[in-house]
Amino acid sequence: METMTGAKALMTAMEKEGVKEVFGLPGGANLPMYDEFARCDIRHILVRHEQSAAHMADGFGRVSRKPGVCFATSGPGATNILTGLATAQADSAPMVAVTGQVPVAMIGKDAFQESDIIGMANPVVKYSFQPRLPGEVPESVRKGFYIAETGRPGPVLLDIPKDVQQNEAPMDFPDEFTIQGYHPWNDPDVASVQKAVDMLVNSERPIILAGGGTIISSAFAELQSVAETLMIPVVTTFKGKGAFPENHPLSLGPIGMHGHAEANKMMAEADCVLAIGTRFSDRSVGTFEAFEKRLKIIHMDVDPAEIGKNQTTNISVVGDVRASLRIMVKLLLQKSLKKSEDSVWIKHVRETKEYWKENLKIHPGEMGAAKILRKLRELLPKESVVTTEVGQHQMWASLFYDVIQPGTFFSSTGLGTMGWGFPASIGAKVARPDVPVVDIAGDGSFSMTENSLATAVLEDIPVIVFVLNNSTLGMVAQWQRTFYDRRMVGVDQGGCPDYVKLAESYGAQGIRAQSMDELDKAIKSALSSDVATVIDIPIDPEEDVLPFVAPGTSLSDMILPS
Amino acid sequence: MMWAILSILVENKPGILFKVTHLFRSRNFNIDSISVGVTDDENYSRMTITTYGDDKQIIQIVKQLDKMIDTVEVKQLDEHKTLFRELCIFNIKLSSASDSMEVNKLVNAYGGKVHDVKKDSLMVELTATPAQIKAFEELVKPFGIIDVARTGVAALQRSGA
Repeated sequence: METMTGAKALMTAMEKEGVKEVFGLPGGANLPMYDEFARCDIRHILVRHEQSAAHMADGFGRVSRKPGVCFATSGPGATNILTGLATAQADSAPMVAVTGQVPVAMIGKDAFQESDIIGMANPVVKYSFQPRLPGEVPESVRKGFYIAETGRPGPVLLDIPKDVQQNEAPMDFPDEFTIQGYHPWNDPDVASVQKAVDMLVNSERPIILAGGGTIISSAFAELQSVAETLMIPVVTTFKGKGAFPENHPLSLGPIGMHGHAEANKMMAEADCVLAIGTRFSDRSVGTFEAFEKRLKIIHMDVDPAEIGKNQTTNISVVGDVRASLRIMVKLLLQKSLKKSEDSVWIKHVRETKEYWKENLKIHPGEMGAAKILRKLRELLPKESVVTTEVGQHQMWASLFYDVIQPGTFFSSTGLGTMGWGFPASIGAKVARPDVPVVDIAGDGSFSMTENSLATAVLEDIPVIVFVLNNSTLGMVAQWQRTFYDRRMVGVDQGGCPDYVKLAESYGAQGIRAQSMDELDKAIKSALSSDVATVIDIPIDPEEDVLPFVAPGTSLSDMILPS
Repeated sequence: MMWAILSILVENKPGILFKVTHLFRSRNFNIDSISVGVTDDENYSRMTITTYGDDKQIIQIVKQLDKMIDTVEVKQLDEHKTLFRELCIFNIKLSSASDSMEVNKLVNAYGGKVHDVKKDSLMVELTATPAQIKAFEELVKPFGIIDVARTGVAALQRSGA
C-alpha cells in the first residue's frame, strides 16, 4: 500500500474510474484537491458558477452514460450545486459531485463556509459519502461511481473535509467491495414478459409508451424490434423523446401536456399500453383516472418502487428495460409472432397521423417556432446532440424538432430547471466532441447560466446556443394569457441583454437571424465555427405552444390552435 | 386506513435515522411511532416504525424504504404473527387513598408496575400493546394523568410464523 494524501487518493481513484474531465470551481476547502490537478492528467474545466458545473457534469453523464464529475468548495460552493443535484436526481442522470468541507474538528461549529451539505442534499441525491479519515477516500470513490451509474442512475455526493484531503494514510484501492443494501439489477421475470406478450397480441389497439428509461438503458434496437414485429405505434414521454426514431412510420411522438396531437389522440384511444421506463408523470399522462380507465397497463422499469407508485398496472416487469425487451424479442421470435401492417388500428393510426400532419395550424409568420425548428432539423446532421432549456422553446422543440437518431435529445424534464440546457450542452460536447451540440434555448432560461459562455470560449468547447427570443418568460406569459385573463405580471424581459453583443463580449460568435434566409446562414456559420456561437432569433412574444392539455384534464381534451 | 408495523434492519452508521425519517417526510407518509436500537450484531440497528395508510400507501412505503441503500432488510410485520410491545410510563394524580387502591388494581390487571408512590401521585410502568396502553390510559384518565412518556413499538416476528 502506498502512502499518500486523501486529495491524491481522490484523484488516483477517479483516474481508475476513467475520469478524464472535471467541471468545477476552487475555493478554500477544496484547495488540496485542486493542487492535485497540477500533478495529474485529469483536465479541469473552470466554470463561473457551481450550478453550471453540476449541469455540465449532468449533461456529460447523460450523453456518455458514465458519471460526469463536478467539484465545488464548501459552504456556498456546495449549496450552489444543490439545484444541479436535484435536476440529475429527477431525471436519473449519473453524476458524482465532490465538495470540500471544513476540517473534521470544525464540523458543527458554524465555521466559515461551513454548510451541512450532506443533510441538505439528502433528498436530492441517490447516495452520499463523507469520509472522515483519508484512508476511507478510495472506497468512497469506488462505491460512489458504482452507485451513480448502476441500476437507476443518479447523483452521488462526496463531501470531503479539508484535513481528510490533506492528511496522509496508506491507501488501498479495492476492486472488490460489497454494499449490502444495494441491489441495482433484478433479473426480469420471463413468465411476466410472456404474459405481457399475450396481452399485447390479444389487444385490439395496443400502443407503446417509451419513457426516459428506454434511453438510459439504450434499448433502441429492442424497442424498434418489438414495435415493428407486432406493428404497435410508439408514443414517448417527453423524457423518452427520441427513444424511437421520430421519422419512423410507427412513431407518433411525445404525449403529454404539450404532446403531439396524434400521440395524445392515439394514447387516449388505445386499449393496452406497454410502458417502458417511465414513472407516469402528471405532465405525461394528464389525470391518472382518465388515463387508466380503459387501459390495460404493462409496466417495465428497473426501479421496483416505480411499479404502482403513480399508476396501477396489470402486469409489471422489474429489471433493466433493455434486458426485459430482449426477452420479449426472443419470445416473439420463438413463436414467430408477427402482425400484419393493415390491421384496423394501424390504418386508423396512420390516418390520424396524416390528418394532423396536414391540419395542425402553425404560426403564420415567417419566423414562427415550427418553421425555425424545422429549419434547424433540416441543417443539423442526424447524429447531432440537442439539449434544451425549460419553457416554450422546449415544448416547441418537442413538437417540431424530430429526433432521428435515438438518444440524441436531452432536457431537464423532471425538475424543469431553467438554465440547465446551456451548461449541459457544454458537458455533452466534452463527452462527444465529434458531433455538433446545440442548446435550443429561450431568452429567459439562457439568462440564468449565460456566463457559461466564458467556459465554452476559454476551454474551446464550441457549442451552439439557439435562442428563440421573445424577450418574455414565454411559458408563464402563455399561462397568464390562458388562465389569468391576460394579466401579464413579471414576464417582460425588456429586450435585455443584446445576445449578439453578449456573445461577442465573451469572445463567442453572435449572430442575429431575423429571416429564414439569415437563419439558414447563421446555422451554417455556427456549424463550421471553431468558437461557441449564439444565434439570437427574435420571435413573436404572443405565440403560444399548442396543442396544450390543461393541468388536471385528460389527454383527449387538448386546446388546439384556432 | 390501516395500522402497519414495519421492521427495518439498517447498517449501524450515523445519519441513517435522519435519512429514514426524511424519507417519510418527503414522500408524504406519517410516522405513528418509532423505536431504534442496536442488534446483537453491533454493525446493525433495528428500527421499528408504526404508521397508518391504505394498502397502496403501505406497499409504497416498504418499496421506498427497501430502495434506500442503507437499509438491509425491510418487512411489514403481520400483527398476528408478531410479538410487539411498547413501554409506557404514566405519572398519575391521586386525590384520595382510595384512588391509590383503584389505580393499583388497574395496574395489576394490566401487568404493570407501580413506582414512586407519593401522597398525591404515583408512577406506573406498563409494557403492553398500543391498544392495551390506550385502554389503560382511558381507565386512569378520570384520576388525572400528569404526564406520559412512550417508547414506541418494538416488534419481532415470532419464530416459525
